[in-house]
Amino acid sequence: MKKTAPFYTSNIEEVESKIFNASRRDFLKLGSILSGGLILGVSFWSCDSAGKKTGTLSTTAYLSISDTGEVTIVAHRSEMGQGIRTSLPLVVADELGADWSTVKIIQAEGDENKYGNQNTDGSFSIRMFYKPMREAGALAKAMLLQAAAKAWGLPIEELDTENGQVIHKGSDKKAGFGEFAGAASGLAVPKVESLQLKADNQFKLIGKDTPIIDLHDIVTGKAGFGSDARLEGMKIAVIKHCPVTGGTVKSVNDTKAKAIPGVLQVITIKGAGLPATLSKPIAGVAVIAENTWAAIKGREALEVEWDLGPNATYNSDEHIEALKKEITKEGTLRRNRGDFKAARTGAKKVIEHTYVAPYLAHATLEPPCALAVVKDGSCEIWAPTQNPQGARDAVAAYIGLGADKVKVNITLLGGAFGRKSKPDFILEAAYLAKESGLPIRVQWTREDDIQHDYYHAMSVQHLVATIDENNQLSGWNHHIANPSIGATENPAALQPDDGELMLGASDYPYNVPAIRIETHDAKAHLRIGWLRSVRNIPQAFAICTMMDEVAEARGKDPIEQALELLGEDRNITFAEEMVNGGGYPNYGEDIAQYPWNTGRMKAVIERVRKESGWGKQLPKGTGMGFAAHKSFLTYVACVVEVQVDAAKKVTINKVHYAVDCGLAVNTDRVKSQFEGGAQFSTSLAMKSAITVKNGIVEQTNFDGYQLIRMPESPKEIHVYIMERNDKPTGVGEPPVPPYAPALANAIYKATGKRLYQMPFGM
Amino acid sequence: MATYTIQVNGKSQTVEAMEDMPLLWVIRDLLNLPGTKFGCGKALCGACTVHVNGNPVRSCSYPISAVGTASITTIEGLSEQGNHPVQEAWEKLVVPQCGYCQTGQIMTAVALLKQKPNPTDQEIDQAMQGNLCRCGTYNRIKAAIQLAASGKPALP
Repeated sequence: MKKTAPFYTSNIEEVESKIFNASRRDFLKLGSILSGGLILGVSFWSCDSAGKKTGTLSTTAYLSISDTGEVTIVAHRSEMGQGIRTSLPLVVADELGADWSTVKIIQAEGDENKYGNQNTDGSFSIRMFYKPMREAGALAKAMLLQAAAKAWGLPIEELDTENGQVIHKGSDKKAGFGEFAGAASGLAVPKVESLQLKADNQFKLIGKDTPIIDLHDIVTGKAGFGSDARLEGMKIAVIKHCPVTGGTVKSVNDTKAKAIPGVLQVITIKGAGLPATLSKPIAGVAVIAENTWAAIKGREALEVEWDLGPNATYNSDEHIEALKKEITKEGTLRRNRGDFKAARTGAKKVIEHTYVAPYLAHATLEPPCALAVVKDGSCEIWAPTQNPQGARDAVAAYIGLGADKVKVNITLLGGAFGRKSKPDFILEAAYLAKESGLPIRVQWTREDDIQHDYYHAMSVQHLVATIDENNQLSGWNHHIANPSIGATENPAALQPDDGELMLGASDYPYNVPAIRIETHDAKAHLRIGWLRSVRNIPQAFAICTMMDEVAEARGKDPIEQALELLGEDRNITFAEEMVNGGGYPNYGEDIAQYPWNTGRMKAVIERVRKESGWGKQLPKGTGMGFAAHKSFLTYVACVVEVQVDAAKKVTINKVHYAVDCGLAVNTDRVKSQFEGGAQFSTSLAMKSAITVKNGIVEQTNFDGYQLIRMPESPKEIHVYIMERNDKPTGVGEPPVPPYAPALANAIYKATGKRLYQMPFGM
Repeated sequence: MATYTIQVNGKSQTVEAMEDMPLLWVIRDLLNLPGTKFGCGKALCGACTVHVNGNPVRSCSYPISAVGTASITTIEGLSEQGNHPVQEAWEKLVVPQCGYCQTGQIMTAVALLKQKPNPTDQEIDQAMQGNLCRCGTYNRIKAAIQLAASGKPALP
């Protein structure tokens, strides 16, 4: 098949021809084999393929070195703006001693058997792969050094690698990697435990600023996103989706649509109905045309009658109002410490408020899109997907092929934020390609995107804080209601699960003698998904603004109070207080390995206090607000400084973030994630809301669903990265949660007005 | 359907299109220049910004029938080597995150600097407010525009 596609297509073929047979998370032990062309490969299974002439050293599925010295590193995680196509390969290159300026990086297709987990979600790429990537680089280095020691007749201890060369430390003897790649590939593979990893002070790339590898392509328009994927003979599909979640197609009149010049076919997609599920697309009618405009015009001309189903009576405002009445009643107990009811009875002062946050859409600048071709019993996809393996399995099941007959190629993602972990738009492309017999690129319009998302669920919470006669925070009661992510698959899921509670509610870290967390029923009427930091958004907003109010009631500085209530430096746990069969998942990591350490949280708080000039005198109409929140195992403290004028116009002058993400691998990308996180959060704090009337999302484009623009952006964003060498943790999501409450607390200082609802309406 | 001959990146191009086909789809689908992006279709996000006679225009809402003899420049035609001072400033400050909106941002910025070689903060805000960035790169965009305006964006 001839492809007229951008850069990634040819690369993908190359990867496939070279690499196979590594296992999930144990890929280093299992290794891989390179084959094809001059490359004969090395198997880690047998540790040896001596006797074969090899031109390339392969240590893992992630790395190869050619006999000309070209180092190729496979990026297996999806690039959506977080910089992972740069930050993981640079780890390999650093340990190997490669010349970064000449390293070639290619994108893996979706195949967990070859590359390990590729589901780029949950801020875990760096956390999960930092160590394996270092080992991959070190393994290749060890083999090159062995080969060089033999060739040169020198002790291996006297050799090292640097800038793509093996060097002799005792002389100026040096030679490029290519000299030894062939010989090295015939050596027995050393055990991972035997590897000498670099000391931190030997790093050339890790812990420093490295520009993203796609930079020049992006600024010249050459970067290949999903919507840029092209095949010879490709047609465009635009789909009229059922406006109500779970509805189905009753009848279609496509006469007018087919009269539009360029329209080729009209195909009905049956869709999931209810439950909405992840494994099927929405019901709709697709117009396939020669170009996007003809498809859009064809869609406009379609006449479709829908069976809208039971969600057609759904109104989000009514739902929120109903939940506000329920939320103060007794719910399902999920975490319990001490006796909150006694604390309340004995309280000198009780503060309680209900907090509301809306549904949100991801609104990635690149709307969902995917290219598919089905031919000779197999299917090939090009898509901006966070979860290629999930997409592959879903496509295989949906169009009735074996998973081995479906190949998913990953393009650059024009934003994702959790939206592109869902395969629905890819399923549409695969289905339409199969039905039409044509290569099809599905193109969602902005209206499709805003109205048919897997939405961040709205939230109603009620918090009660009690202060005793000794002016201590004696009790904390958190009520939570939101349509659950699980309900998209299983409508019986009416309350947040342990994973959702973990996101900033059940991990409430403060020393309060009585804690009671309760959840309430909230039925899902839309497809519910996850948006950058997920439930941490509303939960941190409620908790961190309430803590500010508690501090004020106690006559304490909020930062002093946070330090006081975190208590002495120690690791804390939550699992033993979870009730009704619940647990504390700790973002999927063993809490012994990734503890919740109060000292690390206090350190970021103290850093942001110092750097922000907290406590300084500010003019009238200005204010500083504070919030601290750990999410995705990364500790963050935030101070926001605002100015509010007489017309209530908010200007965000300064944002200060202190972050402890363990060792920061690519410091510039850590900073950029926080800069972007502040701006992303400004949108959801100040602007964005999805509302639903009669089952239909009322917003359709960026006029109704608003995001901040440059004039509304924080004027200055300062990021202070703690110097740590602990295991690295992710930074994609952690900037988001503490920002909105810090901003709300700042606005309170400037105006005297507390905020209990997002967006703030200012 | 009608036949149009338009000037794109200094070249004369003849296309068959419906009169109301937005310039965006002419550029992307008919001329196969994918650097100009689709974001909203309603001139609300700026991802599709191109130059029409040097002025920034949202190509998603600009029909082919209105183009006439105007000279169109897309990101592909901005500079031969991808080294326009604005592109260099963008690279020097590593502005992009996902990158999808950036070509539109750059086209708007280039048009601004042509009109106002030394824009104030407010003038930058004003000129750039039609270009959305969901990743949140506004601060670096502004800094890159200031760097380009200073005439010292040379790459390291």
